[in-house]
Amino acid sequence: MRSRPAAALLPLVGLAAFFALWEAFPRLDLVNPAFLPPPSVIPEAFLRELRSGQWLMAIGGSLGHYLGGLALGIVLGIAVGTLTGMSRTAEGLTAWIVRVLRPVPGLAWVPFAIIWFGVSPEAALFIVAVGVFWIVYFASHGAIRGVDRDLIELAAAFGFRSAPERLLTVVWPAATPGILVGVRTAIGQAWMAVVAAEIFGVAGLGQRMMQASTLLATDIVVVYMLTMALLYGVFDAAFTALQGWMLRWRA
Amino acid sequence: MAGLIAIRDLALTFTRDGARTTVLSGLDLDIEPGEFLAIVGASGVGKSTLLRVVAGLVPPSAGTVRLSDPEPGRRAVSLVFQDSRLLPWRRVLDNVAFGLEKLRLPRAERRRRAQGALARVGLADLAGRWPFQLSGGQRQRVALARALAVEPHVLLMDEPFSALDALTRESLQDELARLCRAYRQTVLFVTHDIEEAVTLADRVVVLAGRPGRIVAAHRVAGGQPRDRSAPELKAVAQAIREDLAGAGVSQNLQTAD
Ligand SMILES: Nc1ncnc2c1ncn2[C@@H]1O[C@H](COP(=O)(O)OP(=O)(O)OP(=O)(O)O)[C@@H](O)[C@H]1O
Ligand SMILES: [Mg+2]
Repeated sequence: MRSRPAAALLPLVGLAAFFALWEAFPRLDLVNPAFLPPPSVIPEAFLRELRSGQWLMAIGGSLGHYLGGLALGIVLGIAVGTLTGMSRTAEGLTAWIVRVLRPVPGLAWVPFAIIWFGVSPEAALFIVAVGVFWIVYFASHGAIRGVDRDLIELAAAFGFRSAPERLLTVVWPAATPGILVGVRTAIGQAWMAVVAAEIFGVAGLGQRMMQASTLLATDIVVVYMLTMALLYGVFDAAFTALQGWMLRWRA
Repeated sequence: MAGLIAIRDLALTFTRDGARTTVLSGLDLDIEPGEFLAIVGASGVGKSTLLRVVAGLVPPSAGTVRLSDPEPGRRAVSLVFQDSRLLPWRRVLDNVAFGLEKLRLPRAERRRRAQGALARVGLADLAGRWPFQLSGGQRQRVALARALAVEPHVLLMDEPFSALDALTRESLQDELARLCRAYRQTVLFVTHDIEEAVTLADRVVVLAGRPGRIVAAHRVAGGQPRDRSAPELKAVAQAIREDLAGAGVSQNLQTAD
């Protein structure tokens, strides 16, 4: 058995080794520093971006697309998933629509997003929302369909018989864990959609990364990669905390 | 005296994929105020189905079930299931208040009644717990409190203690007997445990056959609490066993040790 402090240090050692190796490759001229900037130049690149105001503008734009698309996709995903999960008619009606639309990757919507909304924040928001919608829709539909019939019978036994009553007293609470799993997946996937949408020119992280890469300013590309990783980490940690609180009734 | 529940010529047929199964037929039953009525029958005879029909969860295929009209703030019937069926996302007190939310009572009144019901089953100090923090016996008590909170004219119980160990079962039986006597609660209690039926009930109805019908009824003399080993109870239990044997189903029944 390893002692606890050593075990806690292990990830840090790994991270340090990773950065050391990364630093060594361009420094020893094993790769061209223009293709892979050493990590030591990243802080300076970050400060340049920050001072010029580009960094704040980029993350401001991206957060707008991210949060807006996420909110829209989550609300619609839960709403439609609930409807098709509760009603056999709705499920039957949508069965083939879902089968046809589901395999279409989020990126395939880019042409339509640009035709409908132009190269605009709305287009980016739309692309993010489409990706989020499917993830949350399937999670919600499955969770609602899987609600224990016994709980629905219990609600009926105490007089909650209409669909809205059933929904509020047992169906949604019982489906919450499953829905939240979908939301958490969506929180991660949505970043991909954000970058993808912005690569086509909508102002934000993705667009700034494209600009930097055409200028071979790879240090700036790395700055935004790390920014994104950090933002994802923050959102995922915050959501996990919220999820833990919401599901505190589970053993 | 007007019965609280009047069942006339009840029949219930399930239809599934064109196949019809008649579970109950030609069933007549009345429940009088204050009475503790037990229904005994083998597994699969239709006991749960009968309670579902009485609770209005399944419409009868034929015949009628007439319930009393409850006053505002009460229900005609409420149900305790074999599994406690607590809502895991509600704390104990909110589980007990569940049925009250349908009765349009003010919040404070709901709270007061839920606390009262919880105190009656002896769990007032567990009000803030989550269901996963309870033992099986405690969960069943909470389910009982939830059913009592709506002050039902008739409390319907579907083998409520059958999943508990023998010691817990006996203490819950004693507690139920005490509660029903103290509040003159009318109960319709379904079980396959003959000893449980004769210990608790004023009247035991035997359900047997396929489709299930009432084959016998027995009065059990004596108030509560009862001595489980009293010879009178043994005699009634023996008579019920013979009714069931006559209907050819005794081998399915749990016999007491
Ligand atoms: N929804 C249903 N569809 C078809 N058949 C059903 C349905 N529900 C119950 N049955 C059948 O009706 C019969 C009676 O079932 P029920 O659950 O009422 O029995 P029970 O007396 O409560 O048995 P147990 O003591 O095991 O709980 C069984 O044969 C069962 O298979
Ligand atoms: Mg049953």
